[in-house]
Amino acid sequence: MPFQPVKFYQTGTFTVGNRLLAPHERSVQSNMRRTNSLNSGHRACQGCGEALGARYAIDAAMDATGKRLIAANATGCLEVFSTPYPETSWQIPWIHSLFGNAAAVATGIAAALRVKGQSDTRVIAQGGDGGTTDIGFGCLSGMFERNDDVLYICYDNEAYMNTGVQRSSATPPAARTATTAAVGPEPGNVFGQGKDLPRIAMAHGIAYVATATVAELRDLEAKVCRAMEIRGARYIHVFVPCPLGWGHASEDTIRISRLAKETGLFAVFEAEHGEVTSVSKIRRKLPVEDYLRPQRRYAHLFGNPPRTEVIARIQAIADRNVKRYGLVDE
Amino acid sequence: MLKQIEGSRAVAAAVALCRPEVICAYPISPQTHIVEALGEAVKAGELPHCEFINVESEFAAMSVAIGASAAGARAYTATASQGLLFMAEAVYNASGLGLPIVMTVANRAIGAPINIWNDHTDAMSQRDCGWIQLFAETNQEALDLHIQAFRLGEELSLPVMVCMDGFILTHAYERVDLPTQAQVDAWLPPFEPRQVLDPAEPVSIGAMVGPEAFMEVRYLAHAKQMRALELIPGWAEEFRRAFGRDTGGLTHTYRTEDAEVIVVALGSVLGTIKDTVDAMREGGTRIGVLGITCFRPWPAAAVRAALAGARRIVVLEKCLAVGLGGIVSSSVRISYPGSPAAVHTVIAGLGGRAITRDALARVFAEALAGTLAPLTFLDLDRAMVERALAREREQRRSGPIAENILRDLGTVASRAG
Repeated sequence: MPFQPVKFYQTGTFTVGNRLLAPHERSVQSNMRRTNSLNSGHRACQGCGEALGARYAIDAAMDATGKRLIAANATGCLEVFSTPYPETSWQIPWIHSLFGNAAAVATGIAAALRVKGQSDTRVIAQGGDGGTTDIGFGCLSGMFERNDDVLYICYDNEAYMNTGVQRSSATPPAARTATTAAVGPEPGNVFGQGKDLPRIAMAHGIAYVATATVAELRDLEAKVCRAMEIRGARYIHVFVPCPLGWGHASEDTIRISRLAKETGLFAVFEAEHGEVTSVSKIRRKLPVEDYLRPQRRYAHLFGNPPRTEVIARIQAIADRNVKRYGLVDE
Repeated sequence: MLKQIEGSRAVAAAVALCRPEVICAYPISPQTHIVEALGEAVKAGELPHCEFINVESEFAAMSVAIGASAAGARAYTATASQGLLFMAEAVYNASGLGLPIVMTVANRAIGAPINIWNDHTDAMSQRDCGWIQLFAETNQEALDLHIQAFRLGEELSLPVMVCMDGFILTHAYERVDLPTQAQVDAWLPPFEPRQVLDPAEPVSIGAMVGPEAFMEVRYLAHAKQMRALELIPGWAEEFRRAFGRDTGGLTHTYRTEDAEVIVVALGSVLGTIKDTVDAMREGGTRIGVLGITCFRPWPAAAVRAALAGARRIVVLEKCLAVGLGGIVSSSVRISYPGSPAAVHTVIAGLGGRAITRDALARVFAEALAGTLAPLTFLDLDRAMVERALAREREQRRSGPIAENILRDLGTVASRAG
């Protein structure tokens, strides 16, 4: 009789119990010897998706590089909450220069390491969506195009949270921000704008592009580890909810992340040299309303009467993602 | 070794002798020949321990230099004009982070109207950025200042800007004395950063500093520049002993001993001024020259000492503080022990306007006679500006200045107005 593996899932989730996995399959974060690269005591808000994502990503990168890692950080929440004067949460060599130049600073670090024969030390650049898709876009594109040996991680919370929730080019349609107010005939951010940075990264033909959410942290870890196996420019785009900016409960950060994926609004995939190589399938496709309703930034869609036509347009975006990436098994 | 080469090539050779480890390049006239020569040297394998990176903007160039320097590499870049403005945020950041990057600024005007020719507006716009700013008079001095700049910057943990006049120096073929690699190696030790990004000893660089300590940080930046004023003359002396040339330092005086009038200036125009002064001296005029080599930190004591005996001071500057007048002269005025009214500002050479000996002799003579205005624009086309001013007086909303002048000259088919 063939061996039937038994899997244990947490109730109501698809998360397998870590203790029951083989050691090499276990998460970096569950290891007693995890590096705590972004140590406790920082000033992130309760339920901060970015702090969670950065913690898992950087610890995974530390694990993958034998703790030979340097990070360049763009200005933003991650920078501000991790280094309040005169303290720092970073247990790794870390530099913050400016808002728009993290990718270029990382290029400089990588060049210095190469010239000094220390290429076993690896370089990560990281920033929020504003520092990545807007003000840092030129430097990022330059780093991609030159194929510099840098992994850039964007923690995308879909607006400028550090300055008080203003719209960025990663802000989704209809979302209310401080500069796309929920007023007038078309409240919130307009349709038909914004950048799809993972696809732009892919268009550069770089070796590795991946997306992830903080709902699937082991997946994020695995993608960071995969990225560290590769030389040259790499990009990981992590979906990180912001309870403060999005107006959802702090304890719902993981749930909102999962809903973003399960509705198809955020496609989770990997791509190599411009081609999609793997897709994280939607297990149980949900309507976008399930994702939108818990967030106050979309509250104007659920008034009396609800803006069903706007919700339908958002649903169309999700459906397009599902089709484009094959997110649902036929 | 004596060589007859272009100024840019001389500077590139000097930078190469300093064993740079990371060079980032973005093209902008008139600095392009410098990084072209360095790029060629790296590609040909002449600088085996150097990375040459073609970046996508000047902002990226300075940012790459910041990363490289923070990771312990000797970093160099070059720029000019709009490029310097485009990287301004990173320029301030580099000094704030205490990174001894060396950058050539091939001085050029700032637009609009766009102008590729030489003046000092670009460098002067960054005078308060916390960098050391050195101005070269000749190609030999430009070459020498780069060698000094790496040493100076690395000793002080400060970035250094070496300013040389665009085209006038960068594109001029002159004889220069290129030192040997052994000479430069003996003078310039390898870069040993005090703080470096290293997994063995993790540090956080560039963390936020709030009101509780920001004043102190800025005070210490000032104190460090003041300390540089004390150290730079000693290094120049050391350089003189090693290379046999009296370049660098804070200031250089020329025939100032008994001078009634002293002309103060920076950069290549000092040569024309000295020729003019020589001619006037032959006619019995007691006139001398003070060249400012180190503009930041401002060598107040050296300027005061040099100008103490003079009755009138003429500051000839290739830049303009619009709405005020002189930039250099504002500093000279507070450093001159005599009456501030005796310090005259002469704005000259903006956007590459030729500065002739005749014109200089005229304003110097006026200074001697006591008839020089407090603020003069050398060789200004009076008729042209009077026409524009007259029209502006007649009309509400007079419109952009450059376009008005061009229309006057019939070179723009504008229907406005």
